Amino acid sequence: MDFLIEIFSDYTLRTVALGTAVLGIVSGALGTYAVLRRQSLLGDAMSHAALPGVVLAFMITGSREPLVLIIGAGISGIIGTLFMLVITRFTRLRADSALGIILSVFFGFGLILLQVVERLGLPNRAGLNVFLFGQAATLLQRDVVIMLVISTVVLALVALFWKEFKLLSFDRDFGSSLGFNMVWLDIILISLLVLAIVIGLQAVGVVLMSAMIVAPAAAARQWTDSLAIMMILSAIFGATSGIAGAIISSTGAGLSTGPVVVLVISSIVLFSILFATKRGIVWSWFARLRRQRVLRLEAVLNDMLKLAEQHQDPTHPHAMVVLQTMNHMQGGTRSTLSELIRRGWVEQVDSTHFSLTPAGVKEAQTFMSQGQFN
Amino acid sequence: MSASTEILLIAFVTATACAIPGVFLVLRQMAMMSDAISHTVLLGIVLGFFVFQDLDSPWLIPAAALMGVVTVFLVELFVNTRLVKEDAAIGIVFPALFSIAVILISRYASGVHLDSDAVLLGQLEFAFFDRTEIFGFDVAHALVVMGIILLLNVLLLLVFYKELKISTFDAGLAAALGFSPVLIHYGLMMMVSITAVGAFDAVGSILVVALMIAPPASAWLFTDRLSQMLIFSVIAAGLSALGGFGMAIFFDTNMGGSMATMCGIIFVISLLIAPNRGLIAVALRRMRQRWEFSQTMLVIHLLNHEDTDREEDECRVDHLWEHLRWQPEFAEQVIRYAEDHGTVRRQRGILNLTDEGRTIAESAMVH
Repeated sequence: MDFLIEIFSDYTLRTVALGTAVLGIVSGALGTYAVLRRQSLLGDAMSHAALPGVVLAFMITGSREPLVLIIGAGISGIIGTLFMLVITRFTRLRADSALGIILSVFFGFGLILLQVVERLGLPNRAGLNVFLFGQAATLLQRDVVIMLVISTVVLALVALFWKEFKLLSFDRDFGSSLGFNMVWLDIILISLLVLAIVIGLQAVGVVLMSAMIVAPAAAARQWTDSLAIMMILSAIFGATSGIAGAIISSTGAGLSTGPVVVLVISSIVLFSILFATKRGIVWSWFARLRRQRVLRLEAVLNDMLKLAEQHQDPTHPHAMVVLQTMNHMQGGTRSTLSELIRRGWVEQVDSTHFSLTPAGVKEAQTFMSQGQFN
Repeated sequence: MSASTEILLIAFVTATACAIPGVFLVLRQMAMMSDAISHTVLLGIVLGFFVFQDLDSPWLIPAAALMGVVTVFLVELFVNTRLVKEDAAIGIVFPALFSIAVILISRYASGVHLDSDAVLLGQLEFAFFDRTEIFGFDVAHALVVMGIILLLNVLLLLVFYKELKISTFDAGLAAALGFSPVLIHYGLMMMVSITAVGAFDAVGSILVVALMIAPPASAWLFTDRLSQMLIFSVIAAGLSALGGFGMAIFFDTNMGGSMATMCGIIFVISLLIAPNRGLIAVALRRMRQRWEFSQTMLVIHLLNHEDTDREEDECRVDHLWEHLRWQPEFAEQVIRYAEDHGTVRRQRGILNLTDEGRTIAESAMVH
């Protein structure tokens, strides 16, 4: 309880936590599309491509206002995206090469500009590096307000274009046939993604921003097949990891927020991949075991019924050895028999012989009539 | 050797060393793996530093390269669960490993010269001051390291050229012939990792991506042959090093950034002028096809109505837009194109086919 009070009373921590939470929500929501459309690495490329825009915006206006830098970053990110679309549309180069080129060349160009700024000795230049490598601790309340406003606009547009973006993500051709301009929708969606990225740069920096886009959505994907639920989950995961990261990094010395947030969200991904219902690795492992057990039961039951038919007595006892030889499931006959006894379908006549009970006969006949064997 | 010659040489050797494995990354659609590897090698260096307690230890390079391979392995582990796609797997694995590295550095190695900014940016300008003595010559450390890596890459390329080629273009055939695609894949990734480690020390991780991807991508626009692509890539990489060096001197700015920018400029030029695949060539071809197609439509239309009683009406220049739905200006342009190519003759406002035009129309109807 004291801890919670501390969070809400400490100005820096409150601001940082709020900022990373907002960032987590908006990048989680937009990341959903990126992951579903297999454009996860677009976030990485766009966050790097934002650098020249940030520096140019500063050089032109001489201001370090976050809004100015965000606009610069956004424009340069969108130009990068358009370049990428041109490269992949008109040449045989694939998205991966196009992304790699945009990412590195824009970033390299930004570095040159950054050095020019340093050399010109422009005032207020000190903050630019922060914008790149991310330092959540430098977030001010008004930065968070700007993030909030932009996020609200972005999320409102997602709601407005919900149906269109859904079409774009799942069946682009169907969308075109309905008369939607898919190219424009594509550009709008990517622009929103760029916006989500640039407002996060100050908090977590260029390298880690890609994780903020990909990881929450990848984790959310494991739990659901519905776009809406996936987006909400993704936003929740993003916000949770943002807040948790801010709190953890405020307790330990030498822990900057960005990397901690990324590690938290990565842990959520790992947990989801392992334990998600239906899709998770552990879940499917258990599901396979369960299926296997049912198959084993059915196999032994079926063998016993077939043997019994040769004796005109469905409950004729059979030797364990015979059943073991017949069983096509390769082993496990003994444990399967004890399971069948537990279910009351088989009874043990003496130490080596087993017979079907009337209930077991009925069960086996049902299986036979359904034609699942032979 | 003067300082600037030596820096130019380092730039040149680094660029060419990166271009060679880069060709295979581009062809195998794994370009972004270079981005991932060039970031995660930082973790390898940090862990290597903890083990060897020495930032100049020669063992740091293999340790870091191993981390690059581990990155690839982890990405594939994720992909093999079939729960995430490859792009998402890359986007999750490398920031996580990079984050671990950043935290380890800030907690346990803050006193050491090892910071994440330097990793991203690189300081080629200062590579000159870090010197090594080899065979009695006093040379820059980075030059020795990158020279060895370049030699290694060339050697591996020559020895395993056939294997790399087959497994890149037809993995199934490679497997059927008894070359293990997995082995070749990891061998290549090892090559990429070692090159990335050596290069990022000199030029920073982002430039590694530029040098590995942009020159091969430019080269691929020019040729369909692997051997030519390799040569063109090395040339493009060399030009980027040279141009970047000149640019850095001229504008007195960051070497790595200028080289990356130069890679971009060379790529854009290739994108525009490459024969057959360049944007200009494609635009010209589309334009020519448009005129040719229109001309074909015109001659077919004329052939249809040639020697019929409606010829007078159907083949009049000023009625064409009615029959072919062409704007009058466009119709005029098509007719002029056709006249220039000797397929159509105009006599008192009526169009007649020449023999050549009739041949074109007839062969178009056959297809």
